[in-house]
Amino acid sequence: MTRALDGRDVARRINEAHAGAAVASNDTDVWVEIGSLTDVAGFLRDTPGLDFATLTSVTAVDYVEHFELVYHLLSMRRNHSVVVKTRLFGRDEPAAPSLVEWWPGADLQEREIWDLMGIRFESHPNLKRILLWEGYPGHPLRKDYLG
Amino acid sequence: MAIKTEPITINLGPQHPSTHGVFRLRVTFDGEEILDVEPVFGYLHRGTEKLAESRSYVQVVTLTDRLDYVASMSNNLAYVRAVEKLAGIEVPERAMYLRVIAAELQRIASHMMATGFLLNDMGAFATPLMYCFRERERILDMFEMLCGARITLSYMRPGGVFQDAPDDFWAALDTFLADEPGYIGELESLITGNEVVLARTRGVGVLSDEQAVADSVTGPMLRAAGVKWDIRKADPYEVYDRLDFDVPIGASGDTFDRYLVRIQEMRESLRIIRQCVERIPEGPVRPDLPYNLRPPEGDAYAAVEGPKGELGFYLVSDRSIAPYRCKIRAPSFINLTPLKKMVVGWKMSDLIVIFGSIDVVLGEVDR
Repeated sequence: MTRALDGRDVARRINEAHAGAAVASNDTDVWVEIGSLTDVAGFLRDTPGLDFATLTSVTAVDYVEHFELVYHLLSMRRNHSVVVKTRLFGRDEPAAPSLVEWWPGADLQEREIWDLMGIRFESHPNLKRILLWEGYPGHPLRKDYLG
Repeated sequence: MAIKTEPITINLGPQHPSTHGVFRLRVTFDGEEILDVEPVFGYLHRGTEKLAESRSYVQVVTLTDRLDYVASMSNNLAYVRAVEKLAGIEVPERAMYLRVIAAELQRIASHMMATGFLLNDMGAFATPLMYCFRERERILDMFEMLCGARITLSYMRPGGVFQDAPDDFWAALDTFLADEPGYIGELESLITGNEVVLARTRGVGVLSDEQAVADSVTGPMLRAAGVKWDIRKADPYEVYDRLDFDVPIGASGDTFDRYLVRIQEMRESLRIIRQCVERIPEGPVRPDLPYNLRPPEGDAYAAVEGPKGELGFYLVSDRSIAPYRCKIRAPSFINLTPLKKMVVGWKMSDLIVIFGSIDVVLGEVDR
């Protein structure tokens, strides 16, 4: 069985390396500060024993008062997984750091989030719309989007 | 004296038989050699994730049929598992066996398509493809017995399957299980040692194991790169933990390995189905659930090993009758991440073959 790591343990380990980076946690998820996202990415990927070499999936959810980015991480070597989340406030120009440098598998997925949810990924190598065309009005997966 | 040349950009698709649907590639060449490739997505984008937000949990099953439309059973399975995880629904044992039988039949059908089209892409136009379609047709006939549909199946429901398998299904399945190993052997004898196939695929479009893992590649493409990772083994769902089967892997991650892994997986699928037929218990196939489910607030991610790779659904519930968010982790889409690294330096005709060996379905890429 793929072991889903306890979010509280992972949060404790993150905070030992980068104090204050993990702001909340429960038995499945870890919430990290958006400013520390890249530090946490490097920590989770490169720490022996964690070895999260694969970003299975990244997605965004519009909770109206904030956006939430959800990263599903996997270590095939250790057969364990963890869910990392981060919150973005403000609807006008939400932006998050791109994790393509850590996990190249984020490339197309981050472009999809920009296209459909309107969250910018800073330092993404090729942040263009992907499913819709350039100039399409709005970002359809937002809850206030009216087709 | 050197001849002065300039790179030229050619548009491949979106309407082109070798793009397996409406997919467009802007390819830059130096002569015949590929310098750059830029995939253009979205021609089949129907907004599935948005549509799901205004349909009840059961209705969304019909949307999943239209993602990877050559593997609807696997899509159904991934989605209903996510709903069951979110709502805490128990599945009867007989239904779990029926689901595994259906999903493995679907894997064979999907791999048949992949193999047939790969030969099509190599220039063996239509004839080998029709051999593969002949076998796929028998599987679709069995699906028709199960649920009345051949492509858009909607056979699975949160909590079980739509109905128990009728008697004629079991008879057809027995005949299929008896015939199919010989048929796969025959197909392999045509392809595996074929000099033209070897020349076109050996060492072509190599994807290394490290690259595959970093690029989130899954499915036969990952296993062909030598990574022994299959969700059916790594994180068994339904009844896979009780079944005996192997996970075939490739040695070099080239186009040939991707083909061969699929052939071997078809044999393993037959093994799985045979064990299921022997062990399937009697009993109900669907619990009595209200038509409109209202899962508790929260989120859940569930994934299955689909024919193309890890197919996952991430659902968020706000206690209403429709998902608040339904994210589809589509393997065809994410497996295209390393496309550029795989084709740069090869020629136009190799691009077609490498792309074919990735085995994408545009309904799932564009969603």
